[in-house]
Amino acid sequence: MCAAELTPERALELAVELGLKPDEYERIAEILGRTPTITELYMYSLMWSEHCSYKHSRKHLSLFPTKGPHVLQGPGENAGVISVGDGWAVAFKMESHNHPSAIEPYEGAATGVGGIIRDIFTMGARPIASLNSLRFGTLDSPRQRYLLEGAVAGIGGYGNCLGVPTVGGEVYFEKAYEGNCLINAMAIGLMREENLIRAQASGVGNHVVLIGSTTGRDGIGGASVLASQEFDEGAEAKRPAVQVGDPFEEKLLIEACLELLERRLLVGLGDLGAAGLTSSASEMASRGGVGLDIDVAQVPRREPNMQPFEVMVSESQERMLAVVEPSHLQEVFDVCTRWGLRSTVIGTVTDTGNFVVRDADVVHAEIPARSLADDAPIYDPAMSRPAYLDELAAFDIDTLEHPVTVEELNNTLLTLLGSANICSRRAIYEQYDHQVQNNTVVVPGSDAAVIRIGDTGRGEMTERAIAAATDGNGRYVYLNPYRGAQIALAEATRNVTCAGGEPAAVTDCLNFGNPEKPEVYWTFYEAVRGLADACHSFEVPVISGNVSFYNESFGNPIYPTPIVGVVGLLDHVDEACTLAFKHVGDTIILVGETAAELGGSEYLNTIHGMVAGEIPALDLERERAVQQAVRTLIRTGLLTATHDCSDGGIAVALAESAIVGGMGCTVTLPTALAPHESLFSETQSRVVVTCAPEDRVCVLDTLCAAAVPHHILGEVGGDHVSINDTEGTSLIDVPVTACATAWESALQ
Amino acid sequence: MRFGIVRFPGSNCEQDVAHAVTYLEQDFTYIWHEETSLGEVDAVVLPGGFSYGDYLRCGAVARFSPVMEAVTRFAHEGGPVLGICNGFQILTEARLLPGALIRNEQMKFICKPVSLRVEASCDWLDKPQGTVLTVPINHGEGNYVCDERTLAQLHASNQVIVRYCAPDGSDIARAPNGATDGIAGICNEQRNVFGLMPHPERVTDPISENNTGCTDGATFFTTVIERFA
Repeated sequence: MCAAELTPERALELAVELGLKPDEYERIAEILGRTPTITELYMYSLMWSEHCSYKHSRKHLSLFPTKGPHVLQGPGENAGVISVGDGWAVAFKMESHNHPSAIEPYEGAATGVGGIIRDIFTMGARPIASLNSLRFGTLDSPRQRYLLEGAVAGIGGYGNCLGVPTVGGEVYFEKAYEGNCLINAMAIGLMREENLIRAQASGVGNHVVLIGSTTGRDGIGGASVLASQEFDEGAEAKRPAVQVGDPFEEKLLIEACLELLERRLLVGLGDLGAAGLTSSASEMASRGGVGLDIDVAQVPRREPNMQPFEVMVSESQERMLAVVEPSHLQEVFDVCTRWGLRSTVIGTVTDTGNFVVRDADVVHAEIPARSLADDAPIYDPAMSRPAYLDELAAFDIDTLEHPVTVEELNNTLLTLLGSANICSRRAIYEQYDHQVQNNTVVVPGSDAAVIRIGDTGRGEMTERAIAAATDGNGRYVYLNPYRGAQIALAEATRNVTCAGGEPAAVTDCLNFGNPEKPEVYWTFYEAVRGLADACHSFEVPVISGNVSFYNESFGNPIYPTPIVGVVGLLDHVDEACTLAFKHVGDTIILVGETAAELGGSEYLNTIHGMVAGEIPALDLERERAVQQAVRTLIRTGLLTATHDCSDGGIAVALAESAIVGGMGCTVTLPTALAPHESLFSETQSRVVVTCAPEDRVCVLDTLCAAAVPHHILGEVGGDHVSINDTEGTSLIDVPVTACATAWESALQ
Repeated sequence: MRFGIVRFPGSNCEQDVAHAVTYLEQDFTYIWHEETSLGEVDAVVLPGGFSYGDYLRCGAVARFSPVMEAVTRFAHEGGPVLGICNGFQILTEARLLPGALIRNEQMKFICKPVSLRVEASCDWLDKPQGTVLTVPINHGEGNYVCDERTLAQLHASNQVIVRYCAPDGSDIARAPNGATDGIAGICNEQRNVFGLMPHPERVTDPISENNTGCTDGATFFTTVIERFA
């Protein structure tokens, strides 16, 4: 028996209402050889949405390197996986939840965390850390403060309950994100290599089991209505498409699924995220090259009178789909019951290659599973280089009035330290549990988080650790998409390096406007190309990631914002390094050298209210050499502090190390640049390091041998941040306490 | 010595406690919330987390769990019981300790190291009065409240074990979570049941030196080990 048929005219109408293009509809009709049913149209509209199919980005994503010595699983699964030594592996991925969070920040951010954590334990890994990268409008608007507070509370509310430490990330505030905030969540999981599992269905006759929450009408169309369209006046009406999270249910799912996997009771496991059951089931069938027969009548509901298509596309949270051999079914039920979870057989694996959806006896969809998951059209949209680029790059910074006297420069430093983009993030990260699991070596507030590798619950500990950081400067990418994206990778790897980690692999979240606009698409292509070239150069593969398009409101796109998450490896947990000055008398050395590069800088943004100029140059070879030298020094135990020199320049870097260390410094800057340039320039490939005076010769020898430029800046001590030029003229002289007050109070 | 670590479905610090006692070379076993007997254990720890989700008042459901009957018997027989964070909340709900823990004064979750001043000793802490310990807090509902009679009783019988203080040990105007009288941890009259909001198990292994610069949490476990092993 088959469901009621649509006329071809009505079917096309519905397809367009659901966001499909007329030629996409024609293609669906051609694949099926008939007019699609309502359920089929819903399923295709979601699976072929930008969010699920990557139809506008897929072609260029192939530029990324995806293989490397550590890679166990590259892109295409729920998360990428790398080996970290001694048989341990980490899975990680970053994903956006921008559109839901712009409408409902608490639940949007919370379910963003929930979704990325599910991607991790679906691979068989226990989630051990999460990070997040946030972008909002400027905080002078109450709406933006509401979004910030809601998103932070949501991330904390969800992650804290799960017992997964939130260890790092970053946040920036720019007008460009006012109508469309960015919430990118990254999660990292730990497993034994042999426990790696893939989201694949196989074994004809095996059961398809739905585990976890009931299914409701929440989140219907999340992937198509929300994530694949721009915002306009109707944004508020999309609130019902935002899902609602239940972290306790997810905690139970983590424990139950990891137990099921460890006891080898599952053939395959997938999570239900965007497009719900449709996406999870069709991807598992497609990867396994099998068919599935799903009976929606068996799916436990949380509300009555749901249509089959609603069940198939609901994005109700905290649900997992497992494939189970009949002989293990009772054991699976028992484990789920012990954890207080529902588990229901909703279908079987077949050899037809078809994804069949029935409601008891009535068939509502019969689709080649591959066509949903893999046959979405691939577009190669038109590109054009935006005109604004040349105009902004040509801006002459020297035409502005710059601070010169020590008083003006002191005030400039204090203003920068107190600015929203530079000030302490303590008010945010203190709302996140960043220590649970007892493995957090470096807590938030340094350049990168460091997590010890080990399972504290079982006493399986190692000396190894990973370092993790996210980065992505939207202003830079806006002014120069190719180089800006490269700098995102350079900064993220530099942050990991400063913590002592050897960068091993990358995940990314590419946030852009409407790809159907040629200027937006050009920036996307340039950013991907830049990031890919930098990844090749640094020999770090991209193992997972996500593309988020349509980040626009009222026709205005956000800054093109590729966010890069890097995980690096430390052989020994004691090598972990932090930014704080440690000992009075330590020598301060700048690795790298400063040029006059203020284009796109925080100085220009905060002090002059401008986003313009030529962004800093990036020499990939120099960057590699600097990072390599810093890692060598850290490993030989010669450094007492390391701090990436970026936003706000060397003055801000020194002040931050002084504030966190609670001790001042006396420094002479080695350049002949104008004061504001030597202090606030954001030249890349620079790291401020300190060492004990007796180790100075050894450090300098190492840097000379590495052919990396460097200068002795001065020494740690006193209670002022005191910076002079080579002629002895004072440029900056402020008490550390004044710096701390400015830096600590801005976000409180 | 064998620690029994109670595991509710939403516990999430059980592995932290297990790690701390393993680090101190002690034995442990997890006790599932549906158990009616604790088995052979010398001390019981109720770890942090969100017992049954705690969408209702924290610990309000946990007090009715089968395992809490067994914990209550163990406590009444003089066995040492430690409740950390959610464990403290559960002990107050189960009336093994007086008072209650409500939302933090500023209505936000707080995770940070704090200074604690030792006010008195119990089976889980035996340091000179005035000793300052640094231990992290990590909670959304750690604001200790009780009625005036209970507060007077707590003070009269020296049941306030640790209070939030300044790093030098002096009083602070308000506890970080707004707790009455800066109370961070209390014991029962018999001094064997102890609950506190801060997490000593997170500053026991010296890995934490990078976080807080100390390992002050160990003393909570070594005290009970000395007394009961």
